[in-house]
Amino acid sequence: MNEQMKNLEVSRRSFVKSASGLTFAFALSGTLLGRVSEAFAAEGAKLNAWVTIGHDDSITILCPTSEMGQGVLTALPLILAEELDADWSKVKCEFAPGNPRLYGGQHKMFPGAQVTLASVSVPAYYMPLRRAGAQARKVLLDNAAEQWKVPVAELTTDKSKVVHAKSKRSMSYGEIAKFAKIPAELPTIADGDLKPQKAFKLIGRNDIKRVDVPSKVNGTAKYGIDVQIPGMVYASLLHAPMDGVKVESVNSDDVKKMKDVTHVLTLPFGVAVVANTVEASRAARMALRVKWDTSAAKAAPFNSELAKQEYAAKAKDPNAEVKDVFKTGDADTALAGAKKVLEAAYWSEHTYHAQMEPMNAVAKVSEDGTSAEIWVGTQVQPLASAVVAGVLKTTPDKIKIHLQLLGGGFGRRIWPDAPVQAAVLSNIVKKPVKLLLTREDDLAAARPRPMTYHVMKAGLDDKNNLVSWHHRLVAENVDAVAAPPRFQATGGRDYIGWVGMSQDFYKIPNLKADAIREQRGMRVHAWRGIGAGYNKFVSESFLDEVALARGVDPLDYRLELTKDHPRAQAVIKAVAEMAQWKRKRPGRALGIAFSDYHDTLTAGIAEVSVNKATGKIKVHDYWIAVDPGLVIQPENAQAQIESAIVYGLSGALSEELSMKDGAVQQSNFNDYHVLRMSDMPELHIKIIVSDNPPTGMGEVGIPTVAPAIGNAVAQLTGKRLRHLPMSPDRVKKALA
Amino acid sequence: MATAFTINGTTASVEAGPDTPLLWVVREHLKLTGTKFGCGSGLCGACTVHVDGKAVRSCQTNLSEVAGKKVTTIEGLSPNSSHPLQKAWINEQVPQCGYCQSGQIMQAAELLAKNKKPSREQIVAHMDGNICRCGTYPRIVRAIERAAREG
Repeated sequence: MNEQMKNLEVSRRSFVKSASGLTFAFALSGTLLGRVSEAFAAEGAKLNAWVTIGHDDSITILCPTSEMGQGVLTALPLILAEELDADWSKVKCEFAPGNPRLYGGQHKMFPGAQVTLASVSVPAYYMPLRRAGAQARKVLLDNAAEQWKVPVAELTTDKSKVVHAKSKRSMSYGEIAKFAKIPAELPTIADGDLKPQKAFKLIGRNDIKRVDVPSKVNGTAKYGIDVQIPGMVYASLLHAPMDGVKVESVNSDDVKKMKDVTHVLTLPFGVAVVANTVEASRAARMALRVKWDTSAAKAAPFNSELAKQEYAAKAKDPNAEVKDVFKTGDADTALAGAKKVLEAAYWSEHTYHAQMEPMNAVAKVSEDGTSAEIWVGTQVQPLASAVVAGVLKTTPDKIKIHLQLLGGGFGRRIWPDAPVQAAVLSNIVKKPVKLLLTREDDLAAARPRPMTYHVMKAGLDDKNNLVSWHHRLVAENVDAVAAPPRFQATGGRDYIGWVGMSQDFYKIPNLKADAIREQRGMRVHAWRGIGAGYNKFVSESFLDEVALARGVDPLDYRLELTKDHPRAQAVIKAVAEMAQWKRKRPGRALGIAFSDYHDTLTAGIAEVSVNKATGKIKVHDYWIAVDPGLVIQPENAQAQIESAIVYGLSGALSEELSMKDGAVQQSNFNDYHVLRMSDMPELHIKIIVSDNPPTGMGEVGIPTVAPAIGNAVAQLTGKRLRHLPMSPDRVKKALA
Repeated sequence: MATAFTINGTTASVEAGPDTPLLWVVREHLKLTGTKFGCGSGLCGACTVHVDGKAVRSCQTNLSEVAGKKVTTIEGLSPNSSHPLQKAWINEQVPQCGYCQSGQIMQAAELLAKNKKPSREQIVAHMDGNICRCGTYPRIVRAIERAAREG
């Protein structure tokens, strides 16, 4: 081990030792011209760090979260590069391995976790990456000062150079990397050591493009589905229609006789076929005939339509266990004393992620079954290694995840279904296995947004003021399925499913939100926008019902309720101006909604018309004003909002998974309708940039869409749509 | 049995059943993974390639149907991402997850090859079979218009 290696080793140890306090490390070496972890593999030491500087001035910065279209592979390294004063043109962005101890974020909801979900990447890593960048810069400055024998205070940095103005000398970071010594104790960075925002040179720039885009226009971008490794065989799966089923019979003998088919395997998650070619695996999958024994499956009796009466009854059942979600004042007493009470019931159906890349993974399990390599696009690397380890009865450190790009995540790639299934198969056949689900099985395996029922109550006093608000939700709990440890730790609180029920920005004296749990055995999961998707549809629609009952303009009413919150007022006023709220449109109408999802404030307005014969809602224009605090990459922020509006429109107007006998009834894009180009409204987006810390961006376009559309339809037709999706059949019925 | 055809300007001979979908021939046999699998039923457009200049869904095209024909995938659309659509796609920062974009670009390339200045309506009509779940539709339209304008 040479001196430099020793220094790095010391630095690694000191880092590991202090990992709980100092979460971010910095490594620097001219010998390392690629990923730190790979360069050290030969020495058997694995260095975990954020940034590596090469003799050639290249700067490699690791991105701790997964790239699923939201742009983190650019945005997160850019934050570090800002404080490092790096020459962005020399920066290479690569993924960090899954290791929350080194790469965990600092988000209030997921402290210490390395997760790609809930729009937390930028808020979770904004400060940590700035500190890591500043720390790296400080080490470079200290080394340059020592080399030149000048006080470090006389040095400045710019574009990957340390400059000593007094002596007119400068040195590139790459040159410093050739002699730099890394202190055993890395310098600590206080907030005062960070750049003031007005000095930012990279953050907030419109001309910095996403680093992944060039590879996504010529076919070179690599997703999980694109992985091929030597000796690999192909697997497909007839996925179990629900959890807990058993195979009663399967035509294994016939399928095994098919050309190139090697295995037909009955497993808890379905019947798998393994073959030497991809086409044989798919043909075998199509030839499978399986009869399921559903007697032990909890979901088996579930039917979306029939269950509705039971959900509604449960909302009124005095014996049902009710959990408080949010409370201020005394909503019950205020309601009892109200002059007038409004009450309405709302629904939302199960929805499917419909990520374009069907679930897949490549797994190579060791001969003895105690370790594995997995190639996959996953939203949570550490969860994938932990769950695969659990299934293989080994430890997570024995599971190496090779993170690939994700062909869409939207919550579907949080739970590592495909890595587990591929690992099980590889362990059985003792070969590397590429598992690829058909679209039909991807749907059968759906982890949907839950079906929800809501009872809303509002009390008005004798002066017509809103004095009481009660939002009751009846639904299966997502946390119970997707985050069981947290669900247990919180005594059964459904963080994911309850988001959007509190009303932090509305001044209503007595407010209550509560929830009743259904347990139907559905694999309910996080779906882009999580609870806010349906909860804001309900609360923002009902707020319009209150406004109309009071005879006040819905926009004026929201301004009145948010008068203590200037940032909320600003987005509402901005969108009203953009859409020319007061201007009448013949045959069309506008509807407005406001959302505070994940601390990003949004106000959206939809302009709609309705074809009364077909029931089809046409959204002509959608305006949105967004206050996400500081914006790292304005153009990408704009793109994320566009994307989420489209996702929201699709969910609002057409997406519906129906369940019968516990199984998904839809099979492909012919009967699960997602928004296409011809359905697109014109989008008008205004981002209100401020000095506030950056908040979530990837989902915030969603929550206002459905209620704004429903509110617009109510303005236009006088009929209130209280059921998601607002599909043509449902609209026709409401208008009849 | 082997089937011969031209792929991105070179000759290929693939040992696979005649009813093997071209999608899998391209992706797994020829290892040109830019063409993507989305639905397997011709419903999403992610697998779009050109056969003799015509955009087809490779999941719905059997190997036997391309014998002796010219197949072009995203990898063969241009050297160095120089096709006007690829340049426009970068300028407009179209891709997000990017998974559907090879199919989008191949579908759009067919349009521009036969209609140099498509109207907005013609663009939407031509592209409506290609799903983008990230909702990049407005940028796709802008990129096609830019490519038509800038060439």
